[in-house]
Amino acid sequence: MSQIEAFKHAQPVPDDIAVSTRNICKTYGSVEALKDMTLEFPRGQLTSLLGPSGCGKTTLLKIIAGLLPPTSGEVTVNGKPVTGPGPDRAFVFQDFALLPWASVLRNVAFGLELRGVARSEREDIAARYIREVGLGGFEQAYPHELSGGMRQRVGLARALSVDAQVLLMDEPFSAVDEQTRRKFQEDLLSLVQNENKTFIFVTHSIEEAVYVSDQIAILLPRPSRVSEIIRPTGFRQKSADSIRRDPEYLDIVDDIWASLRSYVE
Amino acid sequence: MKLFGINLPAMSSLILWGLLWEVVGQAELTFFVPPLSEVVRTLVTIIGTPSFLSALGETAYAFGMGVFFSILIGVPTGILMGRSRLLDELLLPWVNVFLSAPLTALVPVLMVLFGFGMKSIIITTALFAIWIIILNARTGVRQINRSLVEMARSFGASPLEAFFKVYLWAALPEILGGIRIGIIRAVKGVIIGQLLISIAGFGALFELYSTNFMMAHFWAVLLVLFALAFSISEFLAYLERKVAYYAAVR
Ligand SMILES: Nc1ncnc2c1ncn2[C@@H]1O[C@H](COP(=O)(O)OP(=O)(O)O)[C@@H](O)[C@H]1O
Ligand SMILES: [Mg+2]
Repeated sequence: MSQIEAFKHAQPVPDDIAVSTRNICKTYGSVEALKDMTLEFPRGQLTSLLGPSGCGKTTLLKIIAGLLPPTSGEVTVNGKPVTGPGPDRAFVFQDFALLPWASVLRNVAFGLELRGVARSEREDIAARYIREVGLGGFEQAYPHELSGGMRQRVGLARALSVDAQVLLMDEPFSAVDEQTRRKFQEDLLSLVQNENKTFIFVTHSIEEAVYVSDQIAILLPRPSRVSEIIRPTGFRQKSADSIRRDPEYLDIVDDIWASLRSYVE
Repeated sequence: MKLFGINLPAMSSLILWGLLWEVVGQAELTFFVPPLSEVVRTLVTIIGTPSFLSALGETAYAFGMGVFFSILIGVPTGILMGRSRLLDELLLPWVNVFLSAPLTALVPVLMVLFGFGMKSIIITTALFAIWIIILNARTGVRQINRSLVEMARSFGASPLEAFFKVYLWAALPEILGGIRIGIIRAVKGVIIGQLLISIAGFGALFELYSTNFMMAHFWAVLLVLFALAFSISEFLAYLERKVAYYAAVR
């Protein structure tokens, strides 16, 4: 019996690693944003970076994206060191980063446009992802005509349509209202299941992290470090709406809060 | 504007000023101000004449070329300054100096450098317009949302693509504003050029009419010039309003 118990709580560490960061340090002038950050991101799974604001989540994500050079350390994607942005990664921005002068269709196709895909082909692909994120019929609308939640769907569709293996999402749902946010979280779960992609998801919401993640890296500020890696496994198979009532879900939320509360005045 | 609860059409105050002009002119207070009605009558008689049309053509050509070059050079320079710290440090002091410098004083130097012809007039025109165009393009680029820049980079935009597909458009409201003010300054530039460098175009007409005390003719040409400058500037203001919807949400 104890054996079965032990088995149930065993947390298998996948050996297929899509992205890894090794000893990443980043200083801005005298501010030490990241110190010796070593993390691994399993392929096909969603890993959250969870921590209070200012602990360097965005910085780490941008270093993985190749948008920022680390002061020292190395990021590898599929074993290859990162030296800049690349087609294997796509970014979803906290403030959406849409072109305000371009239609939804052109915005979603913009990543492909920059990659030199012919117009008719990229618009076909974009139209498909626009429908997939539930924006069918809004192809010709402009960003300022859409709600925050819809704009982020555009950002998501843009990231999906370049078909990168790794999706980097920086607090993608923080600028949308609570109801939309819940819907987004549910959609994200099915996205992780259906698309065989590696998701790296930044959030400061404990509930959100536990709800959507296969793996949670809890970051602590000053100096920034990984305090814990949690792999919620028990409720992953459950339906989207029963997760929030699952005892393991609630326990993990409590545990994380207990370990973070001392850092929040 | 509203008067006694009645909505007046735009610029109806011009009617008031026109009336005042007519009254002052009719009162014959000074030979310098003939009545507006006389100016308008003169305008009608000279507007189709070959000398007027060739003056208009000459001025329009110098003006058009000057504005063309100031936009062609000014907008990219401003955008590059907004993007590159080094270039900004190098050029910004000069832009600010020339923006507020009395450029008329430079015209003799231009004449020495570029001769007494059309070339110098075009350069004078461009010199009047370009600084505000640079400065506005720079301002526009500097306040582009950082994540828009990062978005372009993260999806693999080359510097050239980022320039033409993101920076230029994102800064468009400010760029158009700069071009509008630049064009108003270019009107000044082209007339000063045509007065000082070679007596040509509208400059020649002004010279001719003022030295012969043909005040009605003088004012008529000035009215045409104002009307042209005003129309161009209004057209640009219209374009500006068309892109204003995204100025707020960039
Ligand atoms: N460009 C920058 N220049 C200077 N300091 C920065 C810059 N970007 C971030 N920082 C600092 O680095 C720390 C981590 O920032 P960030 O990665 O944005 O944190 P998070 O996303 O977790 O809120 C913060 O203390 C922030 O003030
Ligand atoms: Mg952040």
